[in-house]
Amino acid sequence: MSRQRVVVAMSGGVDSAVAAARAVDAGHDVTGVHLALSRNPGTYRSGSRGCCTIEDANDARRAADVLGIPFYVWDLSARFHDDVVEDFKGEYLAGRTPNPCLRCNEKIKFAAMLDRALGLGFDALATGHYATLREAPDGSVELHRAVDHGKDQSYVLGVLTQEQLRHALFPLGDTPKPEVRREAAERGLLVADKPDSHDICFVADGDTGGWLKDKLGAGSGTFVDHASGEVLGTHDGSFAFTVGQRRGLRIDRPAPDGRPRYVLSIEPVSQTVTVGPREELTVDRLEGIRPRWCGNAPEEPLEGTVQLRAHGEEHRARVSVVGEQVTVELHDPARGIAPGQSAVVYDGTRVVGSCTIASTARVCVGSTAP
Amino acid sequence: MSDHPTVYLDHAATTPMVDVAFEALTARLRVVGNASSLHGSGRDARRVVEESRERIARALGARPGEVVLTSGGTEADNLAVKGLFWCRRDQDPGRVRILASAVEHHAVLDALEWLAEREGAKVELIGVDARGRLDVDELRARIEADPGSVALVSVMWANNEVGTVQPVDEVVAIASAHGIPVHSDAVQAVGAVPVDFGASGLDALSLTAHKLGGPYGVGALVVRRDLALVPLLHGGGQERQVRSGTLDVPAVAAFAAAVEHAVKEQADHAARLSELRDDLVTRVLELVPDARVNGDPERRLPGYAHLSFPGCEGDSLLMLLDHQGIECSTGSACSAGVPQPSHVLLAMGRDEAEARSSLRFTLGRTTDPSDIDALVTAIGPAVERARAANR
Repeated sequence: MSRQRVVVAMSGGVDSAVAAARAVDAGHDVTGVHLALSRNPGTYRSGSRGCCTIEDANDARRAADVLGIPFYVWDLSARFHDDVVEDFKGEYLAGRTPNPCLRCNEKIKFAAMLDRALGLGFDALATGHYATLREAPDGSVELHRAVDHGKDQSYVLGVLTQEQLRHALFPLGDTPKPEVRREAAERGLLVADKPDSHDICFVADGDTGGWLKDKLGAGSGTFVDHASGEVLGTHDGSFAFTVGQRRGLRIDRPAPDGRPRYVLSIEPVSQTVTVGPREELTVDRLEGIRPRWCGNAPEEPLEGTVQLRAHGEEHRARVSVVGEQVTVELHDPARGIAPGQSAVVYDGTRVVGSCTIASTARVCVGSTAP
Repeated sequence: MSDHPTVYLDHAATTPMVDVAFEALTARLRVVGNASSLHGSGRDARRVVEESRERIARALGARPGEVVLTSGGTEADNLAVKGLFWCRRDQDPGRVRILASAVEHHAVLDALEWLAEREGAKVELIGVDARGRLDVDELRARIEADPGSVALVSVMWANNEVGTVQPVDEVVAIASAHGIPVHSDAVQAVGAVPVDFGASGLDALSLTAHKLGGPYGVGALVVRRDLALVPLLHGGGQERQVRSGTLDVPAVAAFAAAVEHAVKEQADHAARLSELRDDLVTRVLELVPDARVNGDPERRLPGYAHLSFPGCEGDSLLMLLDHQGIECSTGSACSAGVPQPSHVLLAMGRDEAEARSSLRFTLGRTTDPSDIDALVTAIGPAVERARAANR
């Protein structure tokens, strides 16, 4: 590959540090950039779990020092607040369960950051995501799963368009994580044994329900039995719940059959949380909106697979697209799928694109579909 | 990273060490002796410290006993502001107001904020005009409203971002009529403009070595003997019981050499820098006609060129220039590496976008015409790119 001017998004973690090192080894002219995403750095997360603290920025800076590349911090906190944090709150208020990592890749890393990089004369943006890029016979760029399927992060990249993929580099896609850590240690990167980040970077303690309650205020509503329509109890705010949730419902009256209850659906306006037995969570049909295609949208119904959450299992499915509407018929039913989650469509290892789940349904499974 | 030779245009951040300071520093680095010890080595170290103090005092129109050595400008500012506030309030509990310009360095502003939060100080920041010059009438009105309640006034000699020189003489005239002590942060001023502590009528003045060709980590608060400052650092009481801590003898010697050198050369230095700076500004404006020069066109530090480039992010420009080895600053304070919109430009009436679009070029002893040429060559394309990235 020819020498390019590459900006590497350096979170302060081991993956992006090794990605930067590999970009340097590939002969590129590399600049490290850490994104400041919090308006109050240091308040988002303490310790070494996230990517938003001053400590993380310092870890990224030290990695850049070791690699001998220039390093800067770009302040995208306003964009992150508007496009990711506010979106996250709005989705919960609407009774949906969003994945902010996809939104961040779509709106921040591969939009605000990439646009700025291209404007400043860079050719490409490299990140430490585990995914691979391949050139198709027609010259387009295909996004594929990482070789290490256990670590694969193509799901959170399913929102990227061809134009974004053309300027992307994922240097870690062919390597298992333990090897990346080993390589980091060999290169003298101090983040070699830094723990992976989990959860949502802007929720400091990992308690999403508590964060939402704090930001959105306490509301109130009722729990309703799915079959009888009976009110089973009250709660203080429907946004603290997600479809498929079992724990923390605090319904005093046990089910007549003594089996655990799960959240089946959430109606945000009245804040009604419908609960019922586990089998009622099973769905085999999804309607999706806001499709994002990595290349062309499938013109014919596609027999492929879909993944419905990060590190979730693959479901065989038939995906049909009409304009901005995507219908996913699951051959392997799924459980506990909430509107707002992203369905990423695969053809083999290739990412075709993604959509946001608007509604779910049961067509062929069970007998008590609502 | 860069294959280009470094073009250093950030002398307001720190300066290369001058030869006389380097020699003074290195001559003593391996000489043993604590200036507080009573034996021969200690006396030798103490002699160096006291000679240095005398040289610093002489260069600044002060008496040796007025020079309190510190770890630098930040400590000097903190000692002045907090030490004066505590001592004045102890004398009269009603004295809790502190008046300062809105464009002070953070070493003063944040100390004031702390005093307001923790010590019951009532801090009043006095505005500046569009050139960054203190509104003297407002200061006068605020003092005259209730002079007995004012603990101190702090107005910097020259602003560290845009270089505007403040009317310290007028401030002193107003405050001293009511017996109110005045502190001035002269960190950027010493060596750049004439600074005479005795003639200024000031009660306290901060300076630091590394901004005028000396080493890091040493500076001084020049302060009148009759002011009973309350100390910040307690311990051995090395500096007339106002400041404790073993003195860094080599650094103090180098500091003295640098101050002496800077003050002796000040007039020639300023004339040379003004000429280079004016050349820089003229040529940049030819290439980027809508750029705006900030600061007072007349009363400004000689090495300062502070410019706003509409439509650009200052930190984009900084990165593009840095990539070519041209080093400058956005001028404002950073939080975790992110430049914050400058409180100085905001106080001068600019909006946040304008404040974020600025770069500070500061010239110094090692600057020569080829540095200006390099910047002039690079600035046009950099501005174009930064504008593209901002769209």
